[in-house]
Amino acid sequence: MLPWRRSAAGAGGGATSGGTPGGTPGGTPGGTATPVAPAVPRAVPRRRPGRLAGAATMDLAGAVVAGLSVSWLCQHLTSFSGGFGFVVVAYLAFVAAYVALVSLRDDGPAVVDALMTVLLTSAAFLALGALVLVVGFTLWKGHTALVHWNFFTQDMSTVDAASPLSVGGVGHALVGTLWTVGIAVVLTVPIGIVTAVYLDETRTGPARFVRTVVQAMTALPTILAGLFIYASLILTLGFQKSGLAAGLALSVMMLPYIIRASELALRLVPGNLREASASLGAPRWRTMWNVVLPTARSGLATGVILGIARSIGEASPVLLTAGFTTYINVNPLQGPMVSLPLEALKLVGSGEPSLVVRGFACASFLLLVVLVLFVIARIVGGWGPGNQSPRQQRRAARASAHDQARLARLTGTAPGRTDSLAGQR
Amino acid sequence: MSVLAPQAPAEAPVEPMTGPPERRELTSVPGSGDRVFIGLMRLGAVGVVAVIAMVGLFLAVRAAQAISVAKFSFLTTQAWEPDIHHFGILGVGVNTILIALVAVVISLPVSLGLSLFISEIAPQRTKRLLVTMVDLMAAVPSVVYAIWGLEFLEGRSIGISRFLSSWFGWVPFFHVTAPGGAGGGETTFTASTFIVGMVVSLMVIPIQCSMMREGFSQAPIGEREGAYALGSTRWGMIRSVVLPFGRAGIIGGTMLGLGRALGETLAVYLIISPEFAINWHILQSGGHSISALIALRASDASPFETSALMAAGLALFLLTLGVNFIASAIVARSRSGADSDL
Repeated sequence: MLPWRRSAAGAGGGATSGGTPGGTPGGTPGGTATPVAPAVPRAVPRRRPGRLAGAATMDLAGAVVAGLSVSWLCQHLTSFSGGFGFVVVAYLAFVAAYVALVSLRDDGPAVVDALMTVLLTSAAFLALGALVLVVGFTLWKGHTALVHWNFFTQDMSTVDAASPLSVGGVGHALVGTLWTVGIAVVLTVPIGIVTAVYLDETRTGPARFVRTVVQAMTALPTILAGLFIYASLILTLGFQKSGLAAGLALSVMMLPYIIRASELALRLVPGNLREASASLGAPRWRTMWNVVLPTARSGLATGVILGIARSIGEASPVLLTAGFTTYINVNPLQGPMVSLPLEALKLVGSGEPSLVVRGFACASFLLLVVLVLFVIARIVGGWGPGNQSPRQQRRAARASAHDQARLARLTGTAPGRTDSLAGQR
Repeated sequence: MSVLAPQAPAEAPVEPMTGPPERRELTSVPGSGDRVFIGLMRLGAVGVVAVIAMVGLFLAVRAAQAISVAKFSFLTTQAWEPDIHHFGILGVGVNTILIALVAVVISLPVSLGLSLFISEIAPQRTKRLLVTMVDLMAAVPSVVYAIWGLEFLEGRSIGISRFLSSWFGWVPFFHVTAPGGAGGGETTFTASTFIVGMVVSLMVIPIQCSMMREGFSQAPIGEREGAYALGSTRWGMIRSVVLPFGRAGIIGGTMLGLGRALGETLAVYLIISPEFAINWHILQSGGHSISALIALRASDASPFETSALMAAGLALFLLTLGVNFIASAIVARSRSGADSDL
C-alpha cells in the first residue's frame, strides 16, 4: 500500500507543481511550514490493482502445465480414461498446484483469496463453456440441413426417415410459429402495456395485489398455460386444436413478461417529465400518451422483443393446444398447426438420425432467430429512456420550429392574444 | 410572527395565528378523457388477474371428477393408472422434486460463482460481455437445451454416473439397484433423474445468476471500502460484506430457480424414461415430472385420465405458486419489492 501511495502523491505533486507551488495546505495556519514536496519523480512503478502481476501470471501458467501433466500421467499410468476424467483430474491438479505455488510467496488470507478467485473464475468459465457447447453443438449438428433452401419452404408431408435433406422442410412449422406468435403478440402487447401503465400509475393496495399476481404468473410453468387453454377452450368450449388455441396459450405465458418488462421501462421515466407535463395542465392520459410512453418507447420495445424471443422458443404450451401436422396450414382457426420448437422436439424425439438432423436444423434456426431478436433488443434498448434517435430528434426539432413559427405568427398578427395561447391546443 | 406582531391591531393580538389554517380539501375531478383512461387501466389489470384466477379455476373444475374418485389417496398413491382408478401424485410429485433438487444442487455453486465473478472480479469490459452472455443463456429456448441433453449429454455423462455410483455408492442417492450395480450396462444409467437435472440446471443458472447479481449489487460501497481499508483481501471482503448483503438475493434466486426447475417440461419429456413410483436412486434410469406426465399423456387420454391430469396440473400449480411466493417474499424483504430485472 505504502509505495503506491508515495508514488501517486509524487505524481500528483509533479503535475500541479508548475501552477500552484506550495500546494493546497498553504492556506492553513499550521501547514505553511510543510508544503507538499515539489515533484520528486520516483522510480517506483505505479501498482495496478486488478491486474495480474508478473509472478501471479507465472503461477497460473505453471499450475496449468502441472495440471495437464498430472492428468496426462494419470491417464497413462492408471486405468482412468475418458475425456471427462481427464478434465476433472487436470482441474483438481491445477487448483492444487496453484495453491501450492501461491503459498510459496504469500500467507494464509492471500492464499485463500487466490484459491477463491480461481474457483469463482472457473464457475464462470464452466457456465459459459456450457452455453458455447449447447449453441455450438446445435448449430454444428443442424447446419447440414439448414443450408438447403427447401428446408424453409416445403413441409414434412412427403418426408420419411430415408428422404434426403434436399426434400421437405419445416415450412409448415414456420407458418405455425408466425401465426401463434403473431396472435400472442397482438393480444399481449396492448393488454400488457395497459396493465403496466396501471401498475405504474397507481401505488395503492390493489396495484400491489396485481403486481403479486403478475409475479406469480411469471413463475407459472409453461405447460400449465397450455393445459389451461386445453381445459377451457378445447374441452369446455369445444373448439378443436388449432393455431388460435396455441396462440392463446402462448399469450397466457407471455403476458406477465410483457407486463413486467413494460413496468420496468415505465419506471425509468424521470418523474420531473411527468410533473412538467402535469404543471402545464395536461390531464393524466395526455401525460401518459404524449410524455411517458414516448419516453419509455425504447424500453417498451425491448421488453416486447424479448417477450417474443421467449415465446418463440416455447414448445410446451403449443404441445397440448396446436395438435400436430406435417402439412402447411395457413388457417389458424381450423385444423392442427405446429410451431418450430414443437417440430424440433418431435423430430429429435423420433430418434431417426436423418430426422434428428432436421430437428437440430429447426432448433438452430430458432437459435438464430432468437439471437437476431436479442441483438435488435440490445440496439433498441441501447437508447436509454428519453434518449432520442436521430429521426426522433429531427421530428422534435421540426415540431419546435413549427411551434415557433406559429407563435411568431400569432404574436405578429394579434399581440394581445398571447395570453390565450395555452387554450389553443 | 415577530414581524407581524407590531403591525397587528391591539384588540386582536395573535388570534389569527393560534389554530392551524383550515386544511384545504384536495380533490381532483378527472375529466372525461381521464375517466376513460383510468377505466381502461383498471380493465387491463382486472383482466390479468382474471386470467390467472381462471387458470386455477379451470384446472380445479376439471380436476374435480378425478379427485372426487381418488379422494385423499391422490396424495399418497405411487402409481398412474387412472382408468382402473388407481392413481396418485406422490410418486410423480416426488420425482419432480428430485429432478428440481438435482438441478438446483448443480446450478447453485455455478451460478453463485458466476454472479460473484461478474459482480466482483471481472474487469468492466468482461463484465458487460458476461452479462450479455447470461442474458443470452436465458434466451436460449428450452427445447434447444432439451435436444442437446438428449443427443449430446446423455451419452457422454454415463461415465460420470458410473464413477459416482461406483465410488460414492454408499451415499443412498447414488446407489444403483439395477442388476449389475455400478458395473451394469449403459441402459442402467441413461434416462436418469441426474441427467435431466443437469440439463435443467443449465436453464436455471441464468435466472439464479441475475437474481444473485442484483442482490450483490446492494452491498454498499462504504462497507466494501471499509473492509479493504481494514486490510481485507478481495475474498475476505466478499465473505464479510457482499455475501451477507446479498443473502436474500442468493436465497430468493435459488428458490426462483427451484420453481422454474419444478415446471420444466421439455427436457424431462424427451430424456426421462417414465417411472411412476418414487425413484430415490437418481443415477439410475427412470424418473418423471408432473409437467412431462401432462405433456406425454394429455393428447390421447380418456376423459377420466384427462381429469386426473388436470388434478396433477393443479398440484403443480400450487407447488410452484408456493415456492415462488416464498422466493418473492424473501427477495421483497430486502428491497422495495416492486422492481426486478427480467
